[in-house]
Amino acid sequence: MKWGMVIDLQKCTGCGECVAACKLENNVAIVEPKESEMGRTMLWMDMLTVYEGEYPRLRVRQFPRPCMHCDHPPCTKVCPVRATYKNEEGIVAQIYPQCIGCRYCMAACPYTVKSFNWYKPEWAPGIRETVNPDVSVRQVGVVEKCTFCVHRLQKAKEQAKSEGRNLREGDFQTACAESCPAGAIVFGDLENTGHRVNSLSRSPRATRLLEDLGTEPKVIYLKEVD
Amino acid sequence: MEKAPAAPHPEYDLLRPIENPGKSFYYIVAVLLAIILYTGYVYIRQVYYGLGVTGMAQPVTWGFYIINFVFFIGISHAGTLISAILRLSKAEWRRPITRMAEVITAIVLAIGGLHPIIDLGRPDRMTHLFYNGRLQSPLLWDIVSITAYFTASTVYLYIPMIPDIAILRDRGVKPRWLYEFLSWSWQGTEQQHKVLDRAMNILMVVVIPIAVSVHTIISYIFAMTVQPGWHSTIFGPYFVVGAIFSGIAAILVLMIVFRKVFHLERYLKLIHFNYLSVLLLIMSLLWFYFTFSEYLTGFYGHEPNEMRVFMYKFSGAFAPYFWTMVTCNFLLPLILLSNRKTRTIPGILIASISVIIGMWLERLIIVVPSLANPRLPYPTGIYIPTHTEWMLFLGGVSVFILGYMMFARFFPVISVWEIQEGRHESAKTVTERISSYMPDPQPRYTGSMENE
Ligand code: SF4
Ligand code: SF4
Repeated sequence: MKWGMVIDLQKCTGCGECVAACKLENNVAIVEPKESEMGRTMLWMDMLTVYEGEYPRLRVRQFPRPCMHCDHPPCTKVCPVRATYKNEEGIVAQIYPQCIGCRYCMAACPYTVKSFNWYKPEWAPGIRETVNPDVSVRQVGVVEKCTFCVHRLQKAKEQAKSEGRNLREGDFQTACAESCPAGAIVFGDLENTGHRVNSLSRSPRATRLLEDLGTEPKVIYLKEVD
Repeated sequence: MEKAPAAPHPEYDLLRPIENPGKSFYYIVAVLLAIILYTGYVYIRQVYYGLGVTGMAQPVTWGFYIINFVFFIGISHAGTLISAILRLSKAEWRRPITRMAEVITAIVLAIGGLHPIIDLGRPDRMTHLFYNGRLQSPLLWDIVSITAYFTASTVYLYIPMIPDIAILRDRGVKPRWLYEFLSWSWQGTEQQHKVLDRAMNILMVVVIPIAVSVHTIISYIFAMTVQPGWHSTIFGPYFVVGAIFSGIAAILVLMIVFRKVFHLERYLKLIHFNYLSVLLLIMSLLWFYFTFSEYLTGFYGHEPNEMRVFMYKFSGAFAPYFWTMVTCNFLLPLILLSNRKTRTIPGILIASISVIIGMWLERLIIVVPSLANPRLPYPTGIYIPTHTEWMLFLGGVSVFILGYMMFARFFPVISVWEIQEGRHESAKTVTERISSYMPDPQPRYTGSMENE
């Protein structure tokens, strides 16, 4: 089993729904505008913008960027206390109560996907009610990042067990995949030929970010065709 | 300024600061303590609120604390390494210098070693390093090597101090219990001297590889990642060279200060400054060679991400720091030290201070630009240190000065017994040694052929 994600850039409209869904699903803290300006915005799923060409012929492309859940993650290698590690199902996880906040993993991640809790996260009164009870709220001074909504995997597994069956495709979906109005994000088991991600990942349009680094990302992009 | 009527001890100048510290000593201590207390408050505030009180953000997640960590540990290489090399090579002129250098190491290492803890988001979880520690992480290698280095260099500082402590004990200098306790009932017998010599010889040899490993491993913290500007094989030796470079500069500054304050002109002669500053000049050239190699290979390879960091340093936002660094570490020392007219005490002082500033800038230039220029299309990062970070830097420097002053208050900063030993014995042994390695006189140059 190797959970992975395929993002079809041909379908993606850059609407940012995945970014919002991720933020709500995972209780990612909303920081004050002043902090955000300093570069302390916390996003597990970010929307990156690439500008191609020069002004009159400028072309703007956007692509969603979660954690790549590398198969050879540079981040877990450097962690001094095993607060970040790759589990048997390929998900790169963070253990918040164990993280000492050295931020070495942030410095080592070539995709710059990790966020740090510079302050104790706070929720405005109205938003507090929307906090997802399935996801732990992070403490100050620890690193966090996209977990492929691993709490949903937990739930799906238990559900399947109570129904006495195996996990089916679609039982476990990440919040971003579920929310994408264009259906651009597909999530599933890369090693299971029955899953859509498996066949999509073998598409001629398939590409991965910074492939030459040998990190073997498990997030696969399908290139746009012009 | 009353002069001692008759010096009771031949090396009276060295003992005077201990036997009667002036009033100004207490004033300076008070000022330093005030700074340190305030720094303590600033740090507790940071622990309470979180690292948000610093200027670090994403993607520049490492700032002053890591820069100062590398910088302070670098300065620490002054001491033990240089003193061990000078002792090992039996350089006679080392005698008034070694102790001063070793004290730098011990104090600065303690301060530098604290910096990674200051940098932690959760210092309360330090213990995880022991029961969850992963030996695969360069941070763990670092903890191991710094601990070993600190242990070895404090012992290496202490052991040659024993005879001096005994001198103080015998003269009945005040906190008697301190000297009684630390002198380890040293009587100066031949047997004791033998043991002392053997211990020093062993430590000398052990300390050199440990010191080299410390800064190599610090460079590995960066070099083990695949980040542009960090992932470099030259980093190990580059950091070691830089460390020794800044270390020599720090010793020179301290020597100049002590010479002035304690009137040690009789001990710290021009020749010492001359030798050390030539060493500084050599290190400056070496530093340039390494920097040149490091950047030229990056530039020649022209890998886009590497180039982004490169240009950021060369002509981008960090260019002012980069070129100041080159001036401070290379141009200025080269001009001042290669000319005999400017290789005077003020000239050396300026060159040394400039090297210290330049080496601090080098650490800044290594840490920040690589982080500020991520590979993916993010905006370039910014880092502006806050009051908290400046205070902790100032606090670290104050702890160093205070630590050094306290040491100088209780122990001689120049090894008394080694100086005496030098006076009594070395002239003879040195002549013998020199004649042992000089080529034997050849018949046609010596007019008379008595001995062959
Ligand atoms: S993308 Fe970064 S954080 Fe995610 S697994 Fe890879 S190295 Fe780790
Ligand atoms: S910040 Fe936390 S997860 Fe990251 S390397 Fe340090 S201890 Fe590990």
